[in-house]
Amino acid sequence: MAASTAKKGAVQNSSKGKTIDFLTKNSMTIALVAVFILFAALTNGRLLYAQNMSNLLLQNGYVLVMACGMLLCILTGGNIDLSVGSVICMVGGLAAVLVTNLGWNPYLVIPICLIAGLAIGAWQGYWIGFVRIPPFITTLAGMFIFRGIGRLVLDNKTVPMQNASFNNLFTSYINIPGLDVISTKQAPVDNPHIWSPLLIGAVVVVLILLFTIKGRISKKRNGYHLNSSVVDYGKIAVIGALIMWYSWKLSEYKGISVMLLWVLAICLIYYFITSKTVIGRYFYAVGGNEKATKLSGINTNKIYFLAYSNMGLMAGLCGLLCLARVGSVSGQTGTSFEMDAIASCFIGGASAYGGSGTVGGVVIGALLLGVLNMGMSILGFTDSWQYVVKGGVLLVAVIFDVVSKRKKS
Amino acid sequence: MADIILEMKNITKEFPGVKALDNVNLVVERGTIHALIGENGAGKSTLMNVLSGIYPYGTYSGEIYYNGKLCKFKTLKESEAENIVIIHQELALIPLLSIGENMFLGNEIRSSAGIIDWNKTYAEAEKHMRQVGLQESPHSLIKDIGTGKQQLVEIAKAFSKNVKLLILDEPTSSLNDEDAKMLLDLLMEFKKQGLTSIIITHKLNEIIYCADKATIIRDGATITTLVKGVDEFNEDRIIKGMVGRAMGDRYPERDHNVQPEVRLEVKDWTVHHPLYPEKLVDDHISFKVHKGEIIGFSGLQGAGRTELAMSIFGRSYGTNISGELYLNGRKTRLRDPEAAIRAGLAYVTEDRKTNGLLLNESIRFNTTLPRLDKISKRGIIDQDREKIAAENMRKEMGTKTPSIEQKVGNLSGGNQQKALLGKWMFTEPDILIMDEPTRGIDVGAKYDIYCLMNQMVADGKSVIMISSEMPELLGMCDRIYVMNEGRLLAELNAKETSQEEIMGYIIRDS
Repeated sequence: MAASTAKKGAVQNSSKGKTIDFLTKNSMTIALVAVFILFAALTNGRLLYAQNMSNLLLQNGYVLVMACGMLLCILTGGNIDLSVGSVICMVGGLAAVLVTNLGWNPYLVIPICLIAGLAIGAWQGYWIGFVRIPPFITTLAGMFIFRGIGRLVLDNKTVPMQNASFNNLFTSYINIPGLDVISTKQAPVDNPHIWSPLLIGAVVVVLILLFTIKGRISKKRNGYHLNSSVVDYGKIAVIGALIMWYSWKLSEYKGISVMLLWVLAICLIYYFITSKTVIGRYFYAVGGNEKATKLSGINTNKIYFLAYSNMGLMAGLCGLLCLARVGSVSGQTGTSFEMDAIASCFIGGASAYGGSGTVGGVVIGALLLGVLNMGMSILGFTDSWQYVVKGGVLLVAVIFDVVSKRKKS
Repeated sequence: MADIILEMKNITKEFPGVKALDNVNLVVERGTIHALIGENGAGKSTLMNVLSGIYPYGTYSGEIYYNGKLCKFKTLKESEAENIVIIHQELALIPLLSIGENMFLGNEIRSSAGIIDWNKTYAEAEKHMRQVGLQESPHSLIKDIGTGKQQLVEIAKAFSKNVKLLILDEPTSSLNDEDAKMLLDLLMEFKKQGLTSIIITHKLNEIIYCADKATIIRDGATITTLVKGVDEFNEDRIIKGMVGRAMGDRYPERDHNVQPEVRLEVKDWTVHHPLYPEKLVDDHISFKVHKGEIIGFSGLQGAGRTELAMSIFGRSYGTNISGELYLNGRKTRLRDPEAAIRAGLAYVTEDRKTNGLLLNESIRFNTTLPRLDKISKRGIIDQDREKIAAENMRKEMGTKTPSIEQKVGNLSGGNQQKALLGKWMFTEPDILIMDEPTRGIDVGAKYDIYCLMNQMVADGKSVIMISSEMPELLGMCDRIYVMNEGRLLAELNAKETSQEEIMGYIIRDS
């Protein structure tokens, strides 16, 4: 069989095989681009308005943050966390009550809320990891419990968040004096412009370029397989163009939101954890074969515990993000948010059995859902239709994934 | 004129980019036991899958004549309708269903109203079970009977389908010698009643014992068919056909260089079953292994050897474990596999697919998993170092693969075993525990693994080998411990003992 797989590999290296390989590997990216172009055309370009483009990431920021946490849970064996939406309600409610009703200092409240989220996660992680209660049941219970506690905390009222320093930490826009000149009603300016996104975007592109060059040099030095320079630099050209285009859109509408930085930072951190660290490797290992992982000297109970603790922390952070963005919390806040996160992971190619999935895929999945939502809203479809389409996309994506994997083997 | 039941003519089967079978011919006479032999990946299972319709007609070229009639099986059902039944290496039984339910799964006996007739089902099941000499209630659950009996259930199931041509893929690979012999005797008994069997196996002694003819397949092509009583029909001749060369010695030479220092000593080791804590699995076992020594554990399935090894390896099996463990003379407690690995132990499991490897991950991923700390700094993996380490291990083990990025699940059995060994050699163990290290792998790969064991002890390390193949234990070990039903029966010098002596201990005990 070794010989046969060797030969199979050789066949796939032919140009046709390569194209097919490329298409299946990047199917969701291609789908995202296709859906994006489709809605851009259907909305006569309204999708591309600067305000919409800015909102696309801000509206879906909380989904991305949750999905990063959810990915770790799913990696451990297709396990999901149903309690996320309730935790958002509870932590967001806690923050709103502490700051608005009790007048606590937001800089104190934020760490308290994050710790509360982490504690909830640890509570669930304990039962799942060390007592081996099935995650579905543990988090289903959590979904009820924390929704209930959230409502108790809120006393069944809608509590607003109007503290400026709290909101500034999440929803303000970056404003670099000198670069950005903003016109307000109180202080109208002749020539308003926001150039900071363009500068920051350019810096990011240069950094990516430098990293790639550095990686190529070190690979060459160690004699590893090197992608052709056309592929590597072509990729950078495309990514760079996208970043600059998006920066330009942002510069046309308010600039870079702090919320965007939070979301990007989380995505990068989780990309790093899942692809470069020992602990990240363990999440994949547990999902791939728990028994073998255990016999390899890894405490698999701890891995489950960590996945769910982390999910709690991310849910807590999402609670704060949602509170800042919406401006208030009610007993209904966060309802069914967990489903968006779970759907993003699966659309993004995470395996329902665990062991495979990437942060990159999850981002693509979340954006795909986001573009669908936004495009359909602009076109005037109701919520009901959006649900139907979202569900359809999820099913099709997973069917495609399963069938293409089956064909390969 | 011989009575031909099956003739497969010029069978060629291609997978994308590779010819798995190249003009294979197979002629099977009615009422014989016909062995199909070849190294892993030679194409034996592919050929049988072509025959049984798992690879449907049209996906291969060539002709199949069964009872003189050209067959075009498109599904397994169609071949079963002709009374051809295949029993795969991995048994297709459902643990939580009863024997009777399993036997008629997908083939349920129904009343005219379409409701399952349980009385008739169990009566029929019992009838066929008696036929194969299985003394169990048809209501017993599969999980409660041993592997040997499960194999019999599969055969009884075949009889319920009125089997005329029975194909067995590695039927004895998970059986101990005694159960295996019983199974082979049973096949010979059925032969007298007119049943034709095709048996795929690695165990040459079994072929010589029971087969009338043996067809050797190598690299997807038929090499030769040997007939008992006509051709030279012995292990050396078959091995020569399988590997394309004569293999002088199946066990590589080594200098027995046992040092006086005791590396590992276990005293009064007692282990209880994890689910039924009142059940003793290992009862006051004491043994030791010196530096530079290979010791073996012999015994039947269920003797408690795997359980002993796993409970020593960081208590990864069992409850209420008691006893003392000394490493290099110092009393030690290994509370989990991590501690065991740190203490220099490695356990190469008998069940590489369940307990050993992550089949969906690459060789690289699998190799470094137990000791990621060796290739990482502050929790961040150095991926360049990881590649070098995995590549070195691959070379050392001689794993045949296009790249270390290959998924382990795509490798052949022998190469999977080498990948598994590479994983554990990466931990640089002082004590390598190998549980059935050569099960289900071909002669060439076995030899490589033996060489590796010799290399280990030449470096002053210690090897503990658990094996159900006695010749292997006799050929490789310095000392052999014999176990039965959780008890240690004897400690023997490998040079002075024999299969008969070991078997004698076991039989007298049970």
